[in-house]
Amino acid sequence: MSDPDGDAPEGPDGDAPEDPNGDAPEGPDAAPPDNDSHRFDRLPATAADRVVPGRPTRAEVVAWWDERYGIPPETWGGHTFWERGNGKLWAFAGAVVTPVDAEGLGLRILRTRQEHWKPSTNAVQRFGGAATRNVVVLERDEAVRFARGDDQELPRWDGDWGYVIAAHETAGAVEPIGVGLYLHGELRSTVPKGRREELG
Amino acid sequence: MRPPQRYASLVDDFDAFRAACDRPLPSVVRVNTLKASVDRARRALDDAGVGYEAVEWHPGLFRLDERGPGTSWPYFHGWLHGQEEVSTLPALALDPQPGEVVWDACAAPGSKATQLSALMDDEGVVIGNDNNLGRLSALRHNAERLGITNLAVTNQDARNFSLKPFGDRGTDPERIEQFDRALVDAPCSCEGTIRKNPDAFEEWSLGHVEGVAGVQRGILRRAVDATRPGGTVVYSTCTFAPEENEAVLDHVLDRGDCEVVAWEPPAGFETDPGVTEWGEETYDPAVERAHRVYPHRNDTGGFFCAKLEVTA
Repeated sequence: MSDPDGDAPEGPDGDAPEDPNGDAPEGPDAAPPDNDSHRFDRLPATAADRVVPGRPTRAEVVAWWDERYGIPPETWGGHTFWERGNGKLWAFAGAVVTPVDAEGLGLRILRTRQEHWKPSTNAVQRFGGAATRNVVVLERDEAVRFARGDDQELPRWDGDWGYVIAAHETAGAVEPIGVGLYLHGELRSTVPKGRREELG
Repeated sequence: MRPPQRYASLVDDFDAFRAACDRPLPSVVRVNTLKASVDRARRALDDAGVGYEAVEWHPGLFRLDERGPGTSWPYFHGWLHGQEEVSTLPALALDPQPGEVVWDACAAPGSKATQLSALMDDEGVVIGNDNNLGRLSALRHNAERLGITNLAVTNQDARNFSLKPFGDRGTDPERIEQFDRALVDAPCSCEGTIRKNPDAFEEWSLGHVEGVAGVQRGILRRAVDATRPGGTVVYSTCTFAPEENEAVLDHVLDRGDCEVVAWEPPAGFETDPGVTEWGEETYDPAVERAHRVYPHRNDTGGFFCAKLEVTA
């Protein structure tokens, strides 16, 4: 594949161009593993088990979802966590040998090795329903704009800045739509190009 | 002789068969039960004003009044996946259980692999393989949109599929050495897709049928070899040619390490038995346990599906 990360342009988790952390290799504390696009390495359980410098640990990942969104640690009880390339984390429903050579392993959930970790649209759709914090519930027209990939003014949000879960009410319950970046009164949609839809 | 006339001797009501082949296929979606219940998906379709009718023989399949589910909230949320009605059969026949290790030998673009994951409640491992790297990106995209976490994607020639990347012949306790179940939804001449690909008969050639049958035999042999004794292998195609169906089964049955077992599709879905004679050829009588699906029986595409048990 031409893209070293193995992501097609329409890939499920392309970063929106507005991503303040960009796609560039990360800062001085990150000594990344080689960027072999097929190699998945299982995350160490804790910092004491860490061999590869800069690699996030399972404990850190579970705590991050809990602290940032209130997603309970037991949500991940059946999943192993893996790093492919530089900081892209995947959740897999089983346990397989590490490292494993594959084109994909479960669901890409999180971009790490940058100042602000960024969850993926697909992770938030699958697991974000358990969130209790940093969930922005959008009105009908706002949700349509968000799914289209548009940025919008949203001064009424008084929660944290940064990556939030955008959600809306549909079919009788609140359902996550994707990941927004809230900055300076504006909600930016990070829905990847291949997932955007005109739902108006 | 070319299709459809080629199969006049196999089909009871050939006029109805030919007429069905000329009709366009309804657009069908499957509810992704990993993300939404059938009831909630139905409510979302109602709220969105999308017209549909439920498929009688399979809860969670809806025939849409209009083409394409792509522009509705339930689709955006990954609650729905466009999948031809008849192509849900092989995963039902395979009947994978949560926690098992399952191989989908020709998995892209992923309708059946993602259905396997849903049937397993996203627990265990589905190894979704395809030899076509371009189609693999569609598989990954579909699996991620549906929120599936138990799918490992590989890019190998299924005929020589190796479990070495998963630790086979090693000592790691988490290695995978064989499958509990395997699905071979084989590349084929696609005669049964005539209702959505009107060129399917035009592009037909006996040379292609015979060539692809060699590939089919190779993949099915590998699936039987890589599946544990007592495990299940399902063989399916979307074509009518006995060379690609019963003849392929006959070939693996000759090796003596598997048998065709009885399996009934859900009530209300009508099939015809596999054929034991075709031209000069005769096949193992057990191939009658396979299912031929003709388009006029259930108003679907054409299909073939057989369930095998590995015995050694």
